[in-house]
Amino acid sequence: MSATDSDRLNYLYLVREVEDFFYEEMEILDDRQFERWLDFFSEDVRYWMPMRKNMAFRDRERDITGSTDVAWIDDDKISLTKRVKQILTGIHWAEEPLSRVSHLISNIRIARDAAALTEGDELEVRSNFLLHRNRLETETDFLAGRRIDVLRRTGGRFLIAKRTIIIDQSVLLAKNLTFFF
Amino acid sequence: MGISTPMIQNLVNGQRGEISREIFVNEDIYQQERERVFGRAWLYIGHESQVKEPGDFVLSRMGEESVIMTRDRAGAVQVMLNSCRHRGMRVCRYDEGHTEKFYCPYHGWAYNLDGALSHVTEFDTEYKRQDFKWEEWGLIKVAKIAILQGTIWATWDPKADFDAYLGNARQMIDLSFRAWDGEGEVEVIGTTQKWIIPSNWKIVAENFAGDMLHVVSHRSVDIVGIGPNKAAGRRDASSSGNSSYVQASYPEGHAGVIGLFDKDDPRPDYSASPATAEYFQRCYAKRKKALGNEAFISPAVGSIFPNMSFHGNQPRTILVGHPIGVDKTELWRQYFVDKDAPDEVKAFLRSYYIKYSGPAGLTEQDDMENWNYATNASKGYMARKFPYNYAAGMGYETSVDELPGAVSAIKGSSESNARAYYNRWSQYMDDSHVVFK
Repeated sequence: MSATDSDRLNYLYLVREVEDFFYEEMEILDDRQFERWLDFFSEDVRYWMPMRKNMAFRDRERDITGSTDVAWIDDDKISLTKRVKQILTGIHWAEEPLSRVSHLISNIRIARDAAALTEGDELEVRSNFLLHRNRLETETDFLAGRRIDVLRRTGGRFLIAKRTIIIDQSVLLAKNLTFFF
Repeated sequence: MGISTPMIQNLVNGQRGEISREIFVNEDIYQQERERVFGRAWLYIGHESQVKEPGDFVLSRMGEESVIMTRDRAGAVQVMLNSCRHRGMRVCRYDEGHTEKFYCPYHGWAYNLDGALSHVTEFDTEYKRQDFKWEEWGLIKVAKIAILQGTIWATWDPKADFDAYLGNARQMIDLSFRAWDGEGEVEVIGTTQKWIIPSNWKIVAENFAGDMLHVVSHRSVDIVGIGPNKAAGRRDASSSGNSSYVQASYPEGHAGVIGLFDKDDPRPDYSASPATAEYFQRCYAKRKKALGNEAFISPAVGSIFPNMSFHGNQPRTILVGHPIGVDKTELWRQYFVDKDAPDEVKAFLRSYYIKYSGPAGLTEQDDMENWNYATNASKGYMARKFPYNYAAGMGYETSVDELPGAVSAIKGSSESNARAYYNRWSQYMDDSHVVFK
C-alpha cells in the first residue's frame, strides 16, 4: 500500500470514528441520559455559545461575540453539571415536564491530513447541527448552526475538551436555552 | 375603541386587591398602552459606556420602535427614530458601530449623528421651486433625554421631568449603578442579550418590582447552587441577623426590594473568587467613607415604570421588556461591572451573571416558564372573566426610616409593590390624562 493510500485510510478511520462518536453522544442526549452525556466531556472542558450581532460589512469579522464578551453560555464541567442536576431535581419548571429534543448532526469535517492520534493528542472537528425542541402542546424551536469541537484522545476513546456553538440568530428566537448542543 | 376611565378603574381594583386578566391579554388595551404608556413615560435606552466616543452608535428600542442612540460630534447623547423621513427605510441596520453619518440605502438621504438632515438626492434639481425646510426633515428625535449614573433615558413627552418621574425611587438607580466604591463608574460588559418570550410585557416588570412569594419558582437553582460562594443558593446571604431585605414601592409606580445591611455585617461576599472578594472588601471600605449611611443600602431588585427592571447587587444587570405584541415581549438584558475592576474580577462576575440570568440562566428560565403560561392561560373566554388576586399584605403597609418616601410592608411578603405598579399603570391609561391629541 502506498503512503498516500495509507494516509487516506487513516483519515477514513478517523473521520468515521468521530462521526460515530457524535452520533452516540446525540443519541444519549436525545434519550435524556443527561448524566451519561456529561461523561463525553473532559474535566477541563469549555462549553461556549457566543452571541451574534448585526455588524457593518467592514466589521463582519466581529459579528460573533468574543471570548470575554457576554455569551449565551460559557460553562466549565462544574456548571454544565449543575445544569444537568437542575433538570434532575424534577422541579426545574422550565424543563418540567421535559422537552422533547432531537439533534441532527452533519457536515462533520476534520483536517484531511489528520494522522492517527496517540493518547493526549487533540483534533479539531467542525460540524453543523439542526436542533428541534418541542415542549408541552405546541411550543416548538428550531435552531441551526455550527459547532467547533476539540476532541482529545483519552484512554483510547475521545473526550470533548472544547465545544463552541455558533447559532445563526442575533435575537434568540427561543424562549430559553434549557437544552444542550 | 378607546379605553375609558371607568373601564380602567374596573380593571385595577385597589380596594379589593384584584386585577383583571384583560390587562395581560386584551388587544385594545395593548394598543392604548402604545400611546398612553410608551408614548409618554421615560424609557431606558442604554448606558453611556455603549457610546463612548463621538461617532459611536447603538440601536435601542422605545416600545416597539427602533431608535438609534449616538454620541454626536459635540459629545452629546442623541436618541432618534431609526426611520428615514423620506420613505421610512431604517437608516441603521447594525446593532452597534461607529459612523460619520447615517445613509439611507433607498434614495440616498443622509443624516448627521445628531439627526440633522445632511443630504437629499437631487436636491439642487428637484427641490428648488418649493419651500423645502431643511431643518424640518431630520430624523425624529425624542423630546427629552436624561442621564443618571450613566443610565440613559428618553421620552416623547415634552413636558416630562425626569426627577419628578423617578421621585424617591431615584435612590435605587443611583446606588445600584455607581461602582462598588461608591464613586467610580460602571460599564456594560459588551453585548446586550436579546430574546423573545411569549408573555405580556407587564408580567416581566411586575416580577422584578419585587415578587416576594415566588420562592418555589427558584427552588431548583437554589438546590444546585450557582451563587458566588461555595454554598447552595444563587447569591450571598447576609451574615448578620440584623441585615434585612425590605420592600419599597413609590407612588410613581416604581418598586423594589432593598437590602438594609447591618453596619457590622462584614459582607463576606464572593468567597468563590478570592480576587473578587478582596476587590469587594476594598471597595466596601471606600463606599462607607464616600456614602456614609447610604453605603448600607443595597437595592437587590426593582422595576422602574413601565418596563425597565434591574438587579443592583447580585447579579448587576438591567432588563428591558420591549413589547412586540400583547402576548410577545423582546427581552434585552445587559450586565454591568465596575469600569476599573481588575480583569479577573470582571471575568468572574461575567461568568456568574450569565449563569443567573438570560435565556440560559438557571434562575431566569423558571421565571419565564411561569410568565409564558400565565399569559397563555389567561386568554380563554372563561378564564379572563376572573380577576387575579393581588391582595397579599393589604393593610400591612409601613414606612422605613432609611428609605424616604417608600411604602414598605411589615411582614415582607406583601404584594404591595405590584399594587403600586398597576395603580400607576391605571393612571397612565386613564384617558383624561392623554397628552397627544
